[in-house]
Amino acid sequence: MKKAFVPLVVLAAAIFAYAPVAINRAELESTMLLVQKIFYFHFATWMALTAAIAVCGVASVIYLFKGSPIADWYGVASAELVVIFGVFGLFSGSLWGRKAWGVWWQWDPRVTMATMLVLVFLGYLMVRKYGGPGSEKLAAAMGIFGAATAPFVYKSTDWWRNIHPPTSVVKTLGDKFPAAWDLVLYCSGAFLLLVVLLLAARVRLEALRAELDRLYLALED
Amino acid sequence: MVRRTLCACLSMALWSVSLLAQPGQEGFAPVTGAPASEQIPAAPLVISSYAFFLVLLFVYLWTIWRRIGKVEADMRNLERRQSDGGQRR
Repeated sequence: MKKAFVPLVVLAAAIFAYAPVAINRAELESTMLLVQKIFYFHFATWMALTAAIAVCGVASVIYLFKGSPIADWYGVASAELVVIFGVFGLFSGSLWGRKAWGVWWQWDPRVTMATMLVLVFLGYLMVRKYGGPGSEKLAAAMGIFGAATAPFVYKSTDWWRNIHPPTSVVKTLGDKFPAAWDLVLYCSGAFLLLVVLLLAARVRLEALRAELDRLYLALED
Repeated sequence: MVRRTLCACLSMALWSVSLLAQPGQEGFAPVTGAPASEQIPAAPLVISSYAFFLVLLFVYLWTIWRRIGKVEADMRNLERRQSDGGQRR
């Protein structure tokens, strides 16, 4: 990963530099017109968040049952990414809702559950920061339950119909609006690459912290 | 005669008022194709969304870079202390 990191950063920068150009050139959607263009980053950020949740869930399980410190590094790094992408997802959704729904915020099941999900992972980070010794295991349990919540958030629009569009909108996008679907894939790929890079940088920070702790212990001995 | 004339004028006035008055609105009614002046502009919302993402990303990258820098500085200090201790011995 060390050798590939810099080329991947350059690639991600190029992809993200071109993304606004491609989004600007994309056709307008018939009912929502310009504001629908928020969708491309809005959807991609939730894809990135889902990937980060999956990493956090798996890492938390491994850490809780095997005690692997590397799994713990991945757990805390991905939990931070869940919060970052969650905040952007909620913010971009709010801006879109202002135009499409006429309100900044709506207590729709999907929106409410997504907020709860982000709060669970914010709780994870707070437990890690202020929980003291042994908080890693408690946080890992929170990570598992946070990850278990994600499928409910995804299906919430189908089970409890409200103002947020159902999941079928994205499933049928390829047939109804192929150009938009290509752009959705492009942006989702860009965000997934970003997750990989941020995760690598953040895990390196945890590895350095572990090395620092080891040096402190060696000095005390 | 004057009283009859006044009554007639008053009746006419009241009748004309009832004719001029608009019927009361029973509730809000939806309208399709609101005028542009009444619509929320989309461009600032779209631009804000993408700008917020870039700001959030760069702030987060800066925090990672700063935290890594701090840990690396601590490690250098610690290694220096270790080497100083080794030389004294």
